[in-house]
Amino acid sequence: MTTGILRVVCYVNQFFGQLGGEDKAGVGPQVVAGAVGAARAVQQALGEAGTVVATVICGDNYAAEQGERAVAEMVPLVAAAHPDLVIAGPAFLDGRYGVACGALCAAVQAELKIPAVTGMQAENPGVDLYRRQVYIVQTGAEAARMLGEVKRLVALGLKLARAEAIGTPGAEGYFARGVTRNVVAGASAADRATAMLLDKLAGRPFASEVPRPVFPNVPAPRLVKTLEGATIALVTDGGLVPRGNPDGIEALNATRYGAYSIEGKAGLEAAQYDNPHRGYDTSWVKQDPHRLVPVDVARELEQSGAIGKLHETVYSTVGVATTLAHSARMGQEIAEKLRAAGVDAVILTST
Amino acid sequence: MTPVAVMVGANRIVPAAGIIHPLGNADLSPEDEKALRRRIVEQALQALKTEVVRPTVFTAA
Repeated sequence: MTTGILRVVCYVNQFFGQLGGEDKAGVGPQVVAGAVGAARAVQQALGEAGTVVATVICGDNYAAEQGERAVAEMVPLVAAAHPDLVIAGPAFLDGRYGVACGALCAAVQAELKIPAVTGMQAENPGVDLYRRQVYIVQTGAEAARMLGEVKRLVALGLKLARAEAIGTPGAEGYFARGVTRNVVAGASAADRATAMLLDKLAGRPFASEVPRPVFPNVPAPRLVKTLEGATIALVTDGGLVPRGNPDGIEALNATRYGAYSIEGKAGLEAAQYDNPHRGYDTSWVKQDPHRLVPVDVARELEQSGAIGKLHETVYSTVGVATTLAHSARMGQEIAEKLRAAGVDAVILTST
Repeated sequence: MTPVAVMVGANRIVPAAGIIHPLGNADLSPEDEKALRRRIVEQALQALKTEVVRPTVFTAA
């Protein structure tokens, strides 16, 4: 545990480091003794508790374009100042700056074993990339209330540097890191749920103990070709697999998907397929796989010219109790393969 | 399941024939069942042609 006056290193971009604006965004990492630019607000917030011994400055474009190299160059600059704590940003809504702050904090923690904290607005892409590894204090979108926001970063940073207990994300003002910690509640779940219901009925504010997942908003792509010229693929999360389930797709909580050829097939023979999905009664789909994957009518639409081409590979997984993380990964991988194969649109059938 | 599809942000959604056989119905004759399937797929193709800016459910015209 560190006591006494803490040595703090700040990280800022070219703008908050007073090198310049976009014209200086390409400059590489450099270090200046003491507090420069926005780091002076950190010094002010620290007061007697610590001293900003150095400010590391890097241009946003350099940090974004060089990525790992920029971080690898900055970590030794940080280490040379022997800090007890690193404070990066705050980056507000600046995406390049936010990602750089998150990456540097993560590297400093992992490689130098020095606590680090940063701050961003909720929409900053650095939040989703680094909140699991780094304490990121929630800030506004702009630097209008710089000192007030920096004070919150410093307050959390001091606790980290002194190895004091860190409260919940709500209490401390940082983005949830996905950590579940057991606590002893003051009342039973029934009592708490009843109190929550009474608050809700009375129109009083209440906070759920089970945060709902937030689904990112995915912009709808436009079909740039006409259907008559487009290649259409069939994808399903309903669990259709060739007999014997060659890819071993799990009956629930799937982590795998399969790619199955329909080349030369006018339809799907029930005897050649199976279905491990344990989230619905698969008897009807096993009786006739077209009830899930409509290869028969899609072939007819291909032959009549209503669609340009039916893609010859069907992708399939089991969508039941599948985690959001695995779903997103599988979806991305399948989408990349479809795009590489020249597919223009997908009909995804779901149970 | 269309409310779930809307909630998670799927952009083009076509209601189908049910969880146990989304593109069929064992109670129908084979010909009627295939016609049902064809209507759903054609509805999906219509949806693909249509520009959307938010999760949109395409129901039969």
